[in-house]
Amino acid sequence: MGDASAEERWRDLDKLLARPGNIVSPIFEPSPQLRDELGEYVRVLVVGAGGLGCELLKDLALSGFKNLEVIDMDTIEVSNLNRQFLFRIHDVGKSKAEVAARRVMERVSGVNIVPHFCRIEDKDIEFYRDFNIIALGLDSIEARSYINSVACSFLEYDDDDNPCEETIKPLVDGGTEGFKGHARVIMPGVTPCFECTIWLFPPQVKFPLCTLAETPRTAAHCIEYAHLIKWDEVHRGKTFDADNPEHMQWIYSEALKRAELFGITGVTYSLTQGVVKNIIPAIASTNAIVSAACALEALKIATGCSKTLSNYLTYNGLEGLHTKVTEFVRDQSCLVCGPGTLIELDILVTLSELIELLGEHPKLQLSKPSITHQGKNLYMQAPPVLEELTRSNLPLPLFDLMGRAPRGIIHATGFANKNGKRTSCLRKLRVVFKGAVDEGAANVDMAGVPA
Amino acid sequence: MIKLFKIKDQKKDDAGNANGRPVGKKQSAGELRLHKDISELNLPKTTTISFPNGKDDLMNFEVVVRPDEGYYLGGMFVFSFQVSPSYPYEPPKVKCKTKVYHPNIDLEGNVCLNILREDWKPVLNINTVIYGLNHLFMDPNDEDPLNHDAAAVLRSNPKLFESNVRRAMSGGYVGQIYFPRCCV
Repeated sequence: MGDASAEERWRDLDKLLARPGNIVSPIFEPSPQLRDELGEYVRVLVVGAGGLGCELLKDLALSGFKNLEVIDMDTIEVSNLNRQFLFRIHDVGKSKAEVAARRVMERVSGVNIVPHFCRIEDKDIEFYRDFNIIALGLDSIEARSYINSVACSFLEYDDDDNPCEETIKPLVDGGTEGFKGHARVIMPGVTPCFECTIWLFPPQVKFPLCTLAETPRTAAHCIEYAHLIKWDEVHRGKTFDADNPEHMQWIYSEALKRAELFGITGVTYSLTQGVVKNIIPAIASTNAIVSAACALEALKIATGCSKTLSNYLTYNGLEGLHTKVTEFVRDQSCLVCGPGTLIELDILVTLSELIELLGEHPKLQLSKPSITHQGKNLYMQAPPVLEELTRSNLPLPLFDLMGRAPRGIIHATGFANKNGKRTSCLRKLRVVFKGAVDEGAANVDMAGVPA
Repeated sequence: MIKLFKIKDQKKDDAGNANGRPVGKKQSAGELRLHKDISELNLPKTTTISFPNGKDDLMNFEVVVRPDEGYYLGGMFVFSFQVSPSYPYEPPKVKCKTKVYHPNIDLEGNVCLNILREDWKPVLNINTVIYGLNHLFMDPNDEDPLNHDAAAVLRSNPKLFESNVRRAMSGGYVGQIYFPRCCV
């Protein structure tokens, strides 16, 4: 492609990137080369290649990003085709990530997209470190929570509890539900992370089991009866798989029988899917709007061409059109993105000495703490069965228990005095071992020491 | 805000920044909350807890209730708890592994306890659920039945209900249904 046509193609983007402005980020350096640098250096991961993911890939590719990767464990279904516009009928059954990557590369010249057809948990955490921005097009709380915890795990704080800039992994999160959607920017350590504001999610509606068993009144009651009670009764021990059409068909026919018995109408196959899989009808335009907002934020984060969204945009297209941006605040004691309490220890300090120390620590005053480290319970105060299993760790040096790393995060739960009241609390602790050498160097040293 | 020129510098340094310290298994906020719940358990004297997968899997455990009064005195009832990563936004999944003649527990082990479904709130915890299960044995409720027959008997003839419970617990038939012995 010649220079003239490239200039024509990127005319609008260049207007954003090459001209100075007043509401730009302090780091913004307008330049005609900025677009090339964006394409050359910035790597973005798109998580999810569904309704939002398709839009995100297309939007990012058309915004000048050239190094994209996409991860999705799903395969294409017929019901996706109305809005997941990168897919065609002959793609049904293939990997969403692979087809989406190929389609966007075919249409947008110069962009390279690497697909990953797997679960997000299958990737090593280091895989995620490689990206400058992670954009989320997901439909579940669990998956968002996971990526959020991964992004926050890269975050490091200095001795004054300020986040170290180069360790901040920005997330741009989109989400839609029918006519409603949100776009948010998460700068771990700066803006609230996903867990800081988890209370935003309304509780899921759950019907009482006895209503399902005794007094069903709605079609959904009949479906949940078949799903939660009847399935186990008939298929002892076999786990229900919501992605297996035969299983779903069985639930549907059982629900239909029950509905007839109680004179209830409205049980359909698609309602059955909706209730069992908690599906809310997806609307293509909502995806397009939310994705556009997310892609723009990614562009702003990467180039600084404007201030970023601060920090949570909600969109509601149900009655007319309503959008609002709310600036949520961080939970300073957030276990996932918060700095925690810095504790400096000698490498010889034992677990029981640490436990004593936590009680005397002026900031913590944590009595009877139980300690956990990366999923390993180092010491549990209760119940007795776990206390017994972890007691043998007490005389061991914490440094050894934490895998001889010079630093690490542990969590402690226990009781603290708050205004004279004993309250239970859970604390994040940033442990740094004084005089501990870095992993690599330590190995060299140890090689010379006779065992 | 990321700094593009910084990324460029990093690229030039290339593997210079490969001090990647090992990042271990991610512990979700839900697991941490569960860790707190478990470490603060204050079990009633009727109840014991065990962790079949060892000390590091708190997400799956078993609770045994041995009621010390009421219809179910002398019985021993095993419940399995499955806690999802989205705990405490999702309640734990609780099943009764002991076949029991009870108006609020069906023969598949489903348990009708309001705080396990419609009334679950993230401020509740594992201890609350365990007290709820104990309550079911102290005060079986005939108004919200899962086992319709047991509820009907409890409502119309408490004496018969009592003897049915006895028979079921010592291993025997109630109507067409056989209950294995669960007396201690």
